[in-house]
Order: sequence, then structure tokens, then C-alpha cells
Amino acid sequence: MTKTYPKASRPSLDNVSVSIEKGEFVFFIGPSGSGKSTIIKMLLHEVAPNKGRVVVNGKDVTSMRSWKRPHFRRSIGCVFQDFRLLPNRTAYENVAFALEVIGKTKAVARRVVPEVLELVGLGGKEHRYPHELSGGEQQRVAVARAFVNRPLILLADEPTGNLDPDTSIEIMRLLDRINRTGTTVVMVTHDSNIVNQMRRRVVEIESGRIVRDQARGVYG
Amino acid sequence: MRVKYVLSEVLVGLWRNVTMSIAMIITMAVSLTMLGASGLMYRQVDDMKDLYYKNIEVSIFLNQEVSEQERTDLDGKLKNDPLVKEVLYVNKDEAYKRFKEMYQDAPDLVNAVKPDQLPESFRLKLNNPEQYKNIYDQYKDTAGVDEIVDQSRLLDKIFNILTSIQNIALAAAIVMAIAALLLVANTIQVAAYSKRREVAVMKLVGASNWFIQAPFVLEAVVAGLIGSLLGLVALVAAKYLLFDGSLSALQGLLSPISWGDILFIFPLMAGVGGLVSAATAWITLRFYLRV
Repeated sequence: MTKTYPKASRPSLDNVSVSIEKGEFVFFIGPSGSGKSTIIKMLLHEVAPNKGRVVVNGKDVTSMRSWKRPHFRRSIGCVFQDFRLLPNRTAYENVAFALEVIGKTKAVARRVVPEVLELVGLGGKEHRYPHELSGGEQQRVAVARAFVNRPLILLADEPTGNLDPDTSIEIMRLLDRINRTGTTVVMVTHDSNIVNQMRRRVVEIESGRIVRDQARGVYG
Repeated sequence: MRVKYVLSEVLVGLWRNVTMSIAMIITMAVSLTMLGASGLMYRQVDDMKDLYYKNIEVSIFLNQEVSEQERTDLDGKLKNDPLVKEVLYVNKDEAYKRFKEMYQDAPDLVNAVKPDQLPESFRLKLNNPEQYKNIYDQYKDTAGVDEIVDQSRLLDKIFNILTSIQNIALAAAIVMAIAALLLVANTIQVAAYSKRREVAVMKLVGASNWFIQAPFVLEAVVAGLIGSLLGLVALVAAKYLLFDGSLSALQGLLSPISWGDILFIFPLMAGVGGLVSAATAWITLRFYLRV
């Protein structure tokens, strides 16, 4: 597929074709502006390609109508570099919020949220506010929020960008554990250390083109 | 639970920005009061027209030198005229009696006038008071006729004044409505900004569009409804203090405004207030939320 943003001199993604199997763990690496984030945005149906197709979970979302987007998003979890937690809500409330706004009852939240907080290693810290948690712990809350609805795909956009190396490794272990439950994990990163340690599939993008796609790759 | 969530968001939203909410509600209330007042006026003017035009008379005054023959001819013509419903002949004595009654507070004037000086006249009731002009054209040159006076011309002046007051109220309602709309748009922008984190998360996890928008739209609707309630209170107060109070002397002149009229106009005010705010909020969200 190809995506050219208006006013851009060259396409952000130029005739890129990549296929990710269910249950895979894929790194997208490359310098800033190479087009990695555009891929994430396309998977989220935030932008559409000018040419080509985007197929997610067996459904062609290229021409999906925008009113169908909310329901589509429920099958995808998202984690970002800046956590995007609600500062005036506790860890528990942040995760429960994601459930409640898609129509799950409080009873469901009471059952599921402690479970998933336990899974990400935050048992006992449910009632802390984001500012009372370390960066790594905040990112765990974000992962819990992304995972609580058991999505088929977890998208992580530089999830370790704001974390120190040790904490980053812990977050990666968490993502690995989530991947082992059968969830496809797509991660965009700059962090060579992590890519080298994980030894998973690596897709390298430069200037909107795929320059490498390696099954058990390193950062290059 | 979702309904409860949305409602609590609405109250929190109105409270978070309480000064702006109050400004929004006040302008809305003033605008809707004006709208309601001009609506009431509209009915009022209609009622009054019915009331007055029914009793209206056209008077054909005869000149002093009118002959017996001319008078009988005119009487016969009027009685056969299809435009005329009733004809009443008023002779000089009758006219003097009426004159004395009308000016009983001014005996000097009454004493100065002799029955002989007052003109005889025919008092006509028309089938359709608005056809006065035809009567005038038809009889103005008839022998013996001095002057034709139509009360409805006087009334027209009064109704013109009432209609322009009504238009002023409507114009004020529109101007205030524009101010109210801008305030609604601004309030919604501020609300969307202060909830931008929540909205971003909701969009991310796939909350439905209506769920994201409903609290904002309902916030505006609630403000609009509160505004219309205040408008109702203002109209009730106006009836109580003005029409039943200081203006009660004019009661014979103005047809009374009933509580029923006010209750009838309230759904209109509430509907306009609610719908206009909802539409404004929704359109504003199109630009500031991009869901």
C-alpha cells in the first residue's frame, strides 16, 4: 500500500506490503519519519492508504465507514510512549473506564479489572493515582487497559520510549506474556537493546520502504 | 449504568464551568422569554382583532341641508347593500343624547352645543369590517353625505403599534438567540477541551460516537431547558406584575392573557431552546471532537 500525506513531497509509505500472522510478535524499526507510525495509524483506521488495501482480522478496513470504526477498535489494544492515562483516576478506574465506555457493566469491571492488574504485576496498587506510580508502573496500567478487553491485536507505539533500560525489559516481558496468550503484538520502536534481546521478527522501514524483514532479527 | 454515567457527566460538565453555564442559561432564558412574549402577543393581537372588529361601526354623517328625499334614498340603498349587515339611523336628538353621555364630564362643552348643530348619521355594521374602503368609495359622493368615518382606521393604528412591538420582541429574541448560540458553542468547546484526555481514551478503546457526544449535547440541552423554564417564570411574573398589576387599568382595552396561553407557549419555548442548543452543540462537536 501507499500513503502520501497532503503537502508531503514524498510518500510516507511507498508501495509497502507486509503481512502479519495471528499470534505473531513483530517489531517495526527505522529512523524517525520513516513511516512506522503511519502503519499503526492505518491499522487503527485513523488514516486510509491512497493505494492498496489494509486488512485487519480478516476484514478489509480500507473503505470501512467511519461510524463502524468504534466497534472495530474494540478488537485492538493500544499502548503509547506517553501512557495516556487519566490523571484524576486510579489505576483501577483507568482500566475500568475503558470497559465502561464500551458498555460493560460495573459488575464485569469488578471481576475483570483486578485480574488484569494482577497479570501486569500491579496487584495491591489498584487504588494509586498515576502520579503515585513510577513510569514503568504507569505503562503497566496502560497495558492493562489495552488488554482488559482481550483484543486480538496489541499495538505498541514506542512503549519503552520514556523508560529506563531495566524497566523497559520488564515491560517487554509483560508484552511477551501477552503475546503468549495468542494476542498478536505489533510494536514500533527505536530501542535496539530490546530488539536484540527479544529475537523476534523485525521489519525495518526507511523512507517509506521496507528494507529488511527478518524472522529472528536484531536491530541491524 | 450508561444512562447514569451520561447524566452524571452532564451535571459535572455544567458545574465544571459554572460561570459559563450560567451565562448560557441567562441568555437562553432572555431569548426564549422574548420568543414567548412575541408568541403571546401574536395570539393577543388576533384575539383583539376578533373582539374589536366585531363591534366596529362605520358612521355616515349627513350634512345639515340634507333633504327628506335624500335621506330615505340613502336609507334604502344601505339596507339593500350586500356589504352592510345592520343600519341604524341616528337623528339629531339621538346624536345629542349620545354626545351628552360621551362628554358628561365636560358640561361646558355640552352646554355650548345645541341638538340642532349635531349631524344626523347612519351607523353601519359591515359583514366584513375590512371592506370599509368599498363603502367609502360608494357613498362619499352621494347627495346629502357629509363625511364617512370608519373606526377601524383608528384601530389599525393601534394594531400597527402592537405589531411593531411584537416585531421588536421577535428581533430581540433572535439577537439574544445568536448570543446564546455562540455561548453554547463556546461552552461546548471548553468542555471538549477539558475532557480531551477522556475523549482520546474513549476513541482509542472504541466507545461509540453517541456515547462520546451525548454528555456534551445533553449539557447544552439541559441548559436550554433550564433557560426555557426561567423564561416561563419570567412570563408568569410579567402577567402577574404587569397585566394583573400595574397595567390592569387597561384591562378593558387589552384582551386578557390566560394562564392557559402561557402554558400553551411553554412547550414551544422549551422545544426551541432544547433543539437549538442540541443542534449547536452537535455541530460544534463535528469541528472540535472529530469522532
